[in-house]
Amino acid sequence: MTLSAFDPQPARSAATEPVHHHNVSPSARVTRKILVLGATSGIAEAVCRIWASQGAQLFLVARNAEKLAAVAADLKTRGAAYVGTAVADLDDTAKHSELLSHAINSLTGMDIALLAHGVLGEQPRAEQDFHHAAQILHTNFVAPVSLLTWLSNYCVQRRSGVLAVISSVAGDRGRKSNYLYGSSKAGLSAFLAGLRNRIDREGVTVMTIKPGPVKTAMTAGMKGSEKFADVNKVAQSIVAAIDKRVDTLYVPFQWAPIMWVVRSIPERFFKKLNL
Amino acid sequence: MPASTAEPTASASQASSESLPSGKPPFESWGRYPKYNARLVQLHWQSDFPSILAGSHEYVLPVGMGRSYGDVCLLKDGVLLQTTGMNRLLDFDPRTGILTAESGATLAQILDFAVPRGFFLPVTPGTKYVTLGGAIANDIHGKNHEAAGSFGNHVPCFEIVRSDGTRILCSPRDNAEWFQATIGGMGLTGLITWAQLRLKPIVSRGIDYEGIQYHGIDEFLELKQRYKNVEYTVSWVDCVSTGKNFARGIFMLGEHSRVPGELKPSPEPRLIFPMDAPGFALNRTSMSAFNAVIFHKQRKPHVRLVQDYEPFFYPLDSVLHWNRMYGRNGLVQFQYVIPWEGAKEGTIAILRAIANSGLASFLAVLKAFGDIPSLGMMSFPRPGIMLALDFPIKPGVTMQLLERLGDMTLDYGGRLYPAKDAAMTPRQFQSFYPNWERFARFRDPMITSSFWERVTDTNGVKPTV
Repeated sequence: MTLSAFDPQPARSAATEPVHHHNVSPSARVTRKILVLGATSGIAEAVCRIWASQGAQLFLVARNAEKLAAVAADLKTRGAAYVGTAVADLDDTAKHSELLSHAINSLTGMDIALLAHGVLGEQPRAEQDFHHAAQILHTNFVAPVSLLTWLSNYCVQRRSGVLAVISSVAGDRGRKSNYLYGSSKAGLSAFLAGLRNRIDREGVTVMTIKPGPVKTAMTAGMKGSEKFADVNKVAQSIVAAIDKRVDTLYVPFQWAPIMWVVRSIPERFFKKLNL
Repeated sequence: MPASTAEPTASASQASSESLPSGKPPFESWGRYPKYNARLVQLHWQSDFPSILAGSHEYVLPVGMGRSYGDVCLLKDGVLLQTTGMNRLLDFDPRTGILTAESGATLAQILDFAVPRGFFLPVTPGTKYVTLGGAIANDIHGKNHEAAGSFGNHVPCFEIVRSDGTRILCSPRDNAEWFQATIGGMGLTGLITWAQLRLKPIVSRGIDYEGIQYHGIDEFLELKQRYKNVEYTVSWVDCVSTGKNFARGIFMLGEHSRVPGELKPSPEPRLIFPMDAPGFALNRTSMSAFNAVIFHKQRKPHVRLVQDYEPFFYPLDSVLHWNRMYGRNGLVQFQYVIPWEGAKEGTIAILRAIANSGLASFLAVLKAFGDIPSLGMMSFPRPGIMLALDFPIKPGVTMQLLERLGDMTLDYGGRLYPAKDAAMTPRQFQSFYPNWERFARFRDPMITSSFWERVTDTNGVKPTV
């Protein structure tokens, strides 16, 4: 794991700052301390650009050093008050506590964590090769559970914080075209619902973000990808929903009624559909 | 001819023999002519090229927003590498105004960043929806050419990546020949990954604007002379009218307001041209009427006002997809510069030929280029008079007219602009740009464009409609 900080002397003002319990007021935005896991994902980067222009302090974690450096430079240029980075493979759960404590020390606190890492995987390969299936489940489900266990305990102790996690509409019902990815996200969504049920009353917001297909590097080249949602609009919705502390966000919003319909189709019909 | 220009044609055509499906091609230029099938690949990271090709031997072309009009941004049956996902702003130094950005950042995105910080583009074309890389690759110019030169004059350095993975840092000092070849190099020398741009300070979004009606080229030249110290000058010219209204127009002047004003970012455009206009919408009668409306919209011969920079620089950007006005056949642009020796005579002769053809539309721009030399080997601007206008594509008519106008341009010692072109012949191109063979040595062996294939084709094959 390589650790580096873009600004060696970030504003360290934790002692003088008010502790935010529920609603983060707009005037407090400039001081928000945000941890982003999977910061080079298309959605995370777009969300971070909005936060950077609001003057947030950011700590970014991603696997690829070169891509992470480009994203960090961009966010610094756009106005982030502080950008710290760490190169890490989040599949390595043994290193999570070291990574997270370093990140939070660098930020001198944490108001929001955005978990955005994940892999689409290859459904046909996963059908034949359990190792690939297990890899998808590990990256999209097991690793976030490890991160969220640590982060939720941190937040519960402070009785504040937002844990915003990118799941997917694909987790709402298994379909033959992507049920490995879908089941990893279904597991994640169920975990988040349970966690929310436990710690919302402790002052910690757990937010499940369920994007429909979004135009990003992950979906480039997929059939119909030119019609996918614009990543910057999706990012605006996510930022607004985090400010409002929404529990579950379907984005774009049309996916809420669409997935309601998909979930309500009786299984004896559903199993015959080609979805 | 150097070997590097000889080899591409054969395998570019073998790469894919799929014909264009009846639907939309995957990538269109702004003129929507010609229409070619290609494979569109999105670049998101500076490291994506060449690794994203995974050893494929197809020909490639870096493209941005597709706002050039003809085929400089097309590659028939090849791979188009679209850079718009590569749009990070890597550094900004407010003391020098130098912005470093990835090449897919658009001028619109740069303005959104720069204007609230009190900075503006050093040179801007008539649309802000072009990428930084595209602005360099076409060495674009703006209304301040006399004061500022072309875009490349404000680019301290950039990096290109060749298809073999070599990275070349280019500036007037480092790899100066690559710098000169890439500015105005139509994307053919390699993929521009990032570039620096020297922004200039402003204190307001406002432009002190003046509009002055004129009749004929003499009056245009007189105004140009009188206002030669004004930063932005351009004119709209009526290319349809003959007789006493021949070459009437509106001379437009602007300077950044010196009164401090609010520096908020621009709103998103709200209007979208919803669908292709039918072919009969643009005809001689409707165009005459339109030109009369534009001329008389300015009621008085001389107006002064303070205008936001958006309508001053980007009047057409407020209607997204305005090119649909020309219907699904599309449009071609004709843009020349004629050096001062033949400028007046040539402009009158060409305007007369255009008016008599009855094919002209209403978007015509007449402007003078100044003396600041462009840095690129293949840059279009040079001192003289520049005319640009659109023609709707009319099968069997438009291309013939354009070839004739190209020959007239050549006779008066001028040249045409590749970024706007879909029609110039190899013979014309090679006379307009005598440096082309030297430039060809810098072309990446895996990169080509339909434009380049067309104008370097020595078999003399002409484009047809």
